Amino acid sequence: MPPGWGGTLLVGLLHSIEIAIGATCLGLLIGTGGAFGKLYGGPVTRDLLAVYTTVVRAVPELVLILLLYYAGTDLINQLLSAMGYQRIDISGLAAGIFVLGVVQGAYSTEVIRGAILSIPQGQIEAARAYGMPPLLMLRRITVPAMLPFAIPGLANLWLIATKDTALLAVVGFFELTLATRQAAGVTKAYLLFFVAAGALYLALTLFSNLIIGRVEARSRRGMPSVKEAR
Amino acid sequence: MPAEATAINMAARASLWLKPHRIVLILIALALVLCAAFFMRWDWLPQYWEMGLLGIWRALWILVVTCALGFTLAVPLGLAQAGGPFWFAVPAKVFCTIIRGTPLLLQLWLLYYGLGSLFPQYPWIRESWMWTYLRQAWPYAVVALTLSFAGYEGEVMRGAFAGVPKGQLEAARAFGMSRFKIFRRIWLPQAFYRALPTLTGETVLQLKSTPLVATISVIDIFAVSSKVRQDTYLTYEPLLLLALIYMTITGILVLIFSRIEARIPVKIG
Repeated sequence: MPPGWGGTLLVGLLHSIEIAIGATCLGLLIGTGGAFGKLYGGPVTRDLLAVYTTVVRAVPELVLILLLYYAGTDLINQLLSAMGYQRIDISGLAAGIFVLGVVQGAYSTEVIRGAILSIPQGQIEAARAYGMPPLLMLRRITVPAMLPFAIPGLANLWLIATKDTALLAVVGFFELTLATRQAAGVTKAYLLFFVAAGALYLALTLFSNLIIGRVEARSRRGMPSVKEAR
Repeated sequence: MPAEATAINMAARASLWLKPHRIVLILIALALVLCAAFFMRWDWLPQYWEMGLLGIWRALWILVVTCALGFTLAVPLGLAQAGGPFWFAVPAKVFCTIIRGTPLLLQLWLLYYGLGSLFPQYPWIRESWMWTYLRQAWPYAVVALTLSFAGYEGEVMRGAFAGVPKGQLEAARAFGMSRFKIFRRIWLPQAFYRALPTLTGETVLQLKSTPLVATISVIDIFAVSSKVRQDTYLTYEPLLLLALIYMTITGILVLIFSRIEARIPVKIG
């Protein structure tokens, strides 16, 4: 770890990546559940999920982060005190992952729902005809068949997640943007540190793009290429 | 279509939408809203509503200005990437990648704190007419949001320009149109129609980015709600109202754009 403010920036970057990974995983869980609820759930589940995705996509992330942050920590502490435990301080990391995960969940619900709808219906019907239980069908048919359709959208969501971590700086969580601001504020070298942080974010994005390209190519293997179809 | 038929059609659609479980859900939602209205504290509203309206006005103003300027910038950016020589295409590509690869909050702070701290060092800037603007926060907010919108929309316009069928442009050339006329009459309109559906999403995203300007001390509606929270020590009421305001604006934006889209023939190519 390099000494001085460079090290601080790298610690911030590490925190940003941790939150982005956690939020994307949580978002994927919510998204998978949400997509199945929207497609196969009862009328009430569907309507509630529609409200969830619409509201989250219509309200700015910054407002949602504040609302969920206060509401979430309040709720947990009230539950704890109702059950007779002491109030606890929620760690910034857990709160950040929860908040961004809920936001990501709404977007991934839509992405995964669209991907499942793009699977030829015959495949799912065939699996049902074979008498596959739902979980086995999910593992063997639905997930592998939908991945090529879902990966571009999910990759985009990962890139959005890495950048949305910056918003947590506003609620005081120590990640790359806040680390940069502190470093810049102390040393007065604003331009230098902000450009350096921008380079770090950009490097993360470009590196992700590299990996995403490989994953996408692998998930599409055996399928007719898009270029030939045009 | 006669008015009666329309009315019957609408009634049929309404009854199709208004199923029993939806009525129950709507009643529950109404009960929640009433609970919020009665049990939460709203006595601060009379004191702050004028400030709030001004905040909404500022947010909308920033949204409209940055979207218009950003789109104007996005057209050359997209054109350079779709059909320009490489010394235009490469810088445009680099610009779009940088804008899309870094968080808007960082760009905003880079401009405001970074560039903003450079300007006062030069006496000739401080003595010029620009200084009255460079001292304030809103020009930085407008520039940052404009560049961001241009970066994202430039990528969309690249796809839109590239998606216009070659035959259209060749036909225009065969008619003997000049290059600028081809651009004005054929290429730009068709690319614009193609980009229109994504424009709705981009504009909503831009609206959702406007609260970031509050972090550099522009008093928009988000900053007003923060002030209310600081003054009254209330956590939820201002935030919930703020969320409602943003949802309303988003709804209106989507409605306006769907009207525009319905007017323009989308089936082309």
